[in-house]
Amino acid sequence: MASQKEVLIDPIFNNNPIALQVLGICSALAVTINMSTTLVMCIAVIFVTTMSNLAVSLVRNRVPTNIRIIVQMTIISSLVIVVDQVLQAVAYDISKSLSVFVGLIITNCIVMGRAEAFAMQNGPWLSALDGFGNAVGYSVILIGVALIREPLGSGTLMGFEIIPTAANGGWYVPNGLLLLAPSAFFIIGLFIWAIRAWKTDQVEAPEYEIAPNAQYKEAI
Amino acid sequence: MEHYLGIFVRAVFVENMALAFFLGMCTFIAISKKISTALGLGIAVVAVLAITVPVNNLIFNLLLRDGALAWAGFPDVDLSFLGLISYIGVIAAIVQILEMVLDRYVPALYNALGVFLPLITVNCAILGASLMMIDQDQTFGESVVFGLGAGVGWALAITALAGVREKLKYSDVPDGLRGLGITFISVGLISMCFMSFGGIDI
Repeated sequence: MASQKEVLIDPIFNNNPIALQVLGICSALAVTINMSTTLVMCIAVIFVTTMSNLAVSLVRNRVPTNIRIIVQMTIISSLVIVVDQVLQAVAYDISKSLSVFVGLIITNCIVMGRAEAFAMQNGPWLSALDGFGNAVGYSVILIGVALIREPLGSGTLMGFEIIPTAANGGWYVPNGLLLLAPSAFFIIGLFIWAIRAWKTDQVEAPEYEIAPNAQYKEAI
Repeated sequence: MEHYLGIFVRAVFVENMALAFFLGMCTFIAISKKISTALGLGIAVVAVLAITVPVNNLIFNLLLRDGALAWAGFPDVDLSFLGLISYIGVIAAIVQILEMVLDRYVPALYNALGVFLPLITVNCAILGASLMMIDQDQTFGESVVFGLGAGVGWALAITALAGVREKLKYSDVPDGLRGLGITFISVGLISMCFMSFGGIDI
């Protein structure tokens, strides 16, 4: 039985949902152009993952296994509808700029994956912690990506100017590439590299190696 | 006709589901190691998208939209907040039906698609396309073309990535970047190539 601390801390660096489990990248990249939408998205995902893990764990012994996916789906979609309605009521602008991505939390693999892999086997308290930890691990990467994209792409952070851009009489010419889709892929790729350079046990084994027996002279 | 062709081309190249909107990324990265499996999954996605997007369009316009229930005598009922749960329900049901139909009538295709069919339910590209269709307020005809185009674009992207990855395994990649890291960077490069379609408008 994993201790509470492990369940909470592990997914943040050692078993990060984005960098190692390859879960939930779908919505991770599109919302990171500026910091405020990223933060809202993170809070939404943390709420949904924690609550869905808790709810799934509470009903896990009463749900027949062959309909469990549909039960999980229903729980998750109801939670996402709540988040969506609250966002539309409280922060309409941000909800507009997140557009379809709030709805897409339903199919965010982190939520589904943790409900299926952890909450179906563990008690409510531990499951809620696990959901929270995984969502925080997801948020760390998202916030990291946004911290690179927003200042370098438009010279601002949370909408405030932190690097004076050339258009406003400063010295920095914003790099437009960082506002476009490809940059998000590059940044995540480099993030993964950084995490694996630090935690070397996450390095993947090579699929293919050159046979060592070809001597240099023979090859010529 | 040109209008529909324009929607199709936009959905395939300019607004590619995977490369411009990051949808369906999890499966996109996980199941792109071999061209043959990638192509199989791509075909399954095309089939599911081409059916679910128009069906969700009908459900939204006939049942959920503000005032859509006027024919049943409820002119001021707005059920659009039930959208998310209905779309995901429709998608899950259609995937299930498609699976049973294929199993009964086209067993060869069913076996080829194997485990991918049920996985498609949780592919964000499917739900994403439906939500975008609602966002852009498309008509039924437009939604048919859009669903088909989005699917073809996604299939094209995953097959291209699988092609790159099949070659990539022979290259000497730095330790930490091997596997997932270099895959992301290749996706970034493919996505950049697709951006060159940006100016196309029919």
